[in-house]
Amino acid sequence: MRSEPKLEIRPRRKGSNGLSVPALADQISDPFPLQSILTEDGRADPGQVELSDADLLSLYSSMVLSRFIDERMIAMQRQGRISFYIGSIGEEATIFGSARAMAPTDWIFPCYREHGAALLRGMPLEQFICELFGNAGDAMLGHQMPCHEAWRQGLYASISSPIGTQIPQAVGAAWAARIKRDEMVSLVYFGDGATSSSDFHTGLTFAGVHRVPVVFLCRNNGWAISVPRERQTAAETIAHKAPGYGVRGERVDGNDLIAVHRATSRARERAIRGEGPTLIECVTYRMEGHSTSDDPRVYRTAEAVEPWRKKDPILRMKAFLQFRGLMGEDDDAKLRARLRDDIQSAVKQAEEHPAKPPLESLFEGVYEEPLRQQREQLQALLAVEKLGEER
Amino acid sequence: MANLNVVQAVNDALRTEMRRDSNVVILGEDVGKFGGVFRATQGLYEEFGGDRVIDTPLAESGIIGTAVGMALYGLRPVPEIQFADFIFPAMDQIVNEVAKYRYRSGGQWACPLVIRAPYGGGIHGGNYHSQSPEAHFIHTAGLKVVVPSTPDDAKGLLASAIRDPDPVLFFEPKRVYRAARGEVPDGEYVIPLGKARKTRTGSDVTVLAWGAMWHEAEGAAAAAEREGIGCEVLDLRSLQPLDLDAIVASVAKTGRAVVVHEAPLTCGFGAELVALIQERCFLHLEAPVARVAGFDTPFPYTLENEYLPRAPRILKAIRETIRY
Repeated sequence: MRSEPKLEIRPRRKGSNGLSVPALADQISDPFPLQSILTEDGRADPGQVELSDADLLSLYSSMVLSRFIDERMIAMQRQGRISFYIGSIGEEATIFGSARAMAPTDWIFPCYREHGAALLRGMPLEQFICELFGNAGDAMLGHQMPCHEAWRQGLYASISSPIGTQIPQAVGAAWAARIKRDEMVSLVYFGDGATSSSDFHTGLTFAGVHRVPVVFLCRNNGWAISVPRERQTAAETIAHKAPGYGVRGERVDGNDLIAVHRATSRARERAIRGEGPTLIECVTYRMEGHSTSDDPRVYRTAEAVEPWRKKDPILRMKAFLQFRGLMGEDDDAKLRARLRDDIQSAVKQAEEHPAKPPLESLFEGVYEEPLRQQREQLQALLAVEKLGEER
Repeated sequence: MANLNVVQAVNDALRTEMRRDSNVVILGEDVGKFGGVFRATQGLYEEFGGDRVIDTPLAESGIIGTAVGMALYGLRPVPEIQFADFIFPAMDQIVNEVAKYRYRSGGQWACPLVIRAPYGGGIHGGNYHSQSPEAHFIHTAGLKVVVPSTPDDAKGLLASAIRDPDPVLFFEPKRVYRAARGEVPDGEYVIPLGKARKTRTGSDVTVLAWGAMWHEAEGAAAAAEREGIGCEVLDLRSLQPLDLDAIVASVAKTGRAVVVHEAPLTCGFGAELVALIQERCFLHLEAPVARVAGFDTPFPYTLENEYLPRAPRILKAIRETIRY
C-alpha cells in the first residue's frame, strides 16, 4: 500500500509589512494556506481592506451586539427565563464577515449559531427574543425551540436541529435561481461536525457536478459538542475535502472579519461568474459550551481555550478601528452602553406578549389548510376543562 | 381521450403540467435522456431541456434535499425516487425538512413538491424493489400521500398533487404500470385529492383498497358477487387526506368492512382505518373489521404472490366477515 505524503504546515514568514504571508514553499506543500489580513494586534495592510469605514464600524457594532445578546441570553437561561440558548461567542467575525459579503437578494441557510446574520438581514431583536420565549409574539408561533428562528423577509431560511440538512437545500435554492435566470448565490453555514454528515457529502457532490452558485461556509470552531475537530475527520483540514468534490476550497482565519469578508466576496463573485461553488473553512473557536445544555469543563481544559482569548475577533476589530482612528475608547463605551440598552428594551418589549400563542396555533401551518382530523383534534382539545393547569 | 397505461398517464400528467407551469421541474436518477427506468419521464428531457429535467448524482437524500431548496425558491419540483424502497436515505429530508418546513417557519415558507416513487410488489423485485412504505409518511404530519390505481387517476391525481400547496408523496403501483389500461382525458385534467372512488356498489360488505391491491379487491368482489355477496368497493386513492365520509357512509350501510393493503399488517395504514371505522361506525358493525395485508416479513422474492394480499385471500376474508 502506498502511503500518502504527509502535508506539512510550516510557520509563516513575516512579509515586509510585518504581516504573515505564506512562503512559496508553503503554498506548494500547503494548498490551503490560512488567509488572514488582520493581525492579532489589529493591524492590517490598508490595501487589503475593501470594506468602507462605515461598514467596518457597523460590522463592529453588530459583532458587539451579538456578543452582548449571547451573554445576556445565557444569563437569562440560567435564571430560568428561557429554556435553552446557543450562541456564537468567539465566532462573530466568521458570521458577520461572511453574511455582509452577500447581496441582499442572496439567500442565507443558517445552521443554528448565525442569529447575527438574521439580525443583519433585518430581523428585529424583539422578534428574535420572542422566538426564544416561544410566546405569542413569536413569528414561528412557538413551534420551534429557542434559537431556531426564520426570517423570510431577510431571505434567512428556517433552522433545523438535525445536522447538515440545510446544505443540499442551499444548493437547491441556488440551482432554482439559476434555472429562473436570477442572479442569486446561496450562503450556507455549518460547523466542522456537519462536514461528516451525509448531507454535506450530497450537497457538495450535487453543487460540484452542476456548478451551482453557492458558498459553503464551514465555521470550524474546533468542536462538535464534546468531539474535537481531529476526531471528526482525518482530513488535514476541512478545506482539503473540497477538491474531491470538484469544489474550490479555501481556508481563512475565522476571527479576522476582513479576511472572512474578502474570501466570501470573492467566492460570491466566482459563483456569479459561473465558476461554481466554494467551500470556505473559517478557522475559529467555540469559546463557550456547545449550548446552555452542556458544561465544556467535562471534555476540554481551560488551557485549551486560553490561546484563543487574545485572538478574540471583537478585540482585534476594536484595535483596528482605533488604529485607523475610526473609534476612540469613549465612542466604544457609548456604543456598548447603547447596545446594552437596546437589548434591555427588546427583552422588555418581548416580555409584554402573552407567554403562549393561542391554542389554535398548535395546528396552524402543518398544511396550508388544516385537514379534517386536525380540526377535530383542536375541537376535542378545546373541550378539555382546565387544560392549561399543572397536574 | 387516449387509451393509456399507468406509466403513459404519469408521463402525460408530467408533460401537461410542465407545459402549464414553467416552475415545474423534474429531478432524479436516470430521468433525463434515458427517460427513467420505467420510462415515466420519457421524452420530457427532449421537450423541456436539461434545466427542467435533471439527472442527479445517485443520492436520494441529495435529490430531496436540493428539491427542498428549489421549492423554497419558488419552483415546483417533482423529484423521482427510482423505487420506493430507496426512499429511506432521504427519510430525514422528507420527515424533518419537507414535512415540517411550513410548520417550523410559522408559515413563512412552504415546501410544495411531489415525490414520485414506483411502489409495491409483483414484479419479481425481492426485498428492495417491492416495498409499500406509505404508512411512514401518513404518520408524518405535514405530508400528503396519494396512490392511484388506474391511468385516469394517475393523470388526474398527479396533476392535482403538482398544483397542491403541500408536499405530496405519490406512490405509483408498478405491478399495474403497464397492465392497467384505460381512457384518459387529453390536456389539463385534475382529480381533487381526498376523494375516494366507489367502484362497486353493494350492501353486504365494504372493501377498502388502494393501488395495485384495488385491482385484486375488485376481482375478489366480483367473485363474491357470484356467490351472492354484495360488495361495495372503495378505491381510497388519497390516504392523506382521507375520504372518511365515504368510508363511514359505506360501512354504516353495510355493517362490515375488509381492509386490504400490500404493506405489512402491523401498524399498516389498515390499522388506522380499522380504528377510524370502530370509532365512527361502532353501532353499525355486524362483524369485526378484517385486514388482509402483507405479512410481518421483509418482502420475499420467490413467494411474492403468496405474500401479496391477492384476490383469493381477500375473498376468504369477505366470506368470513359475512359469516361472522
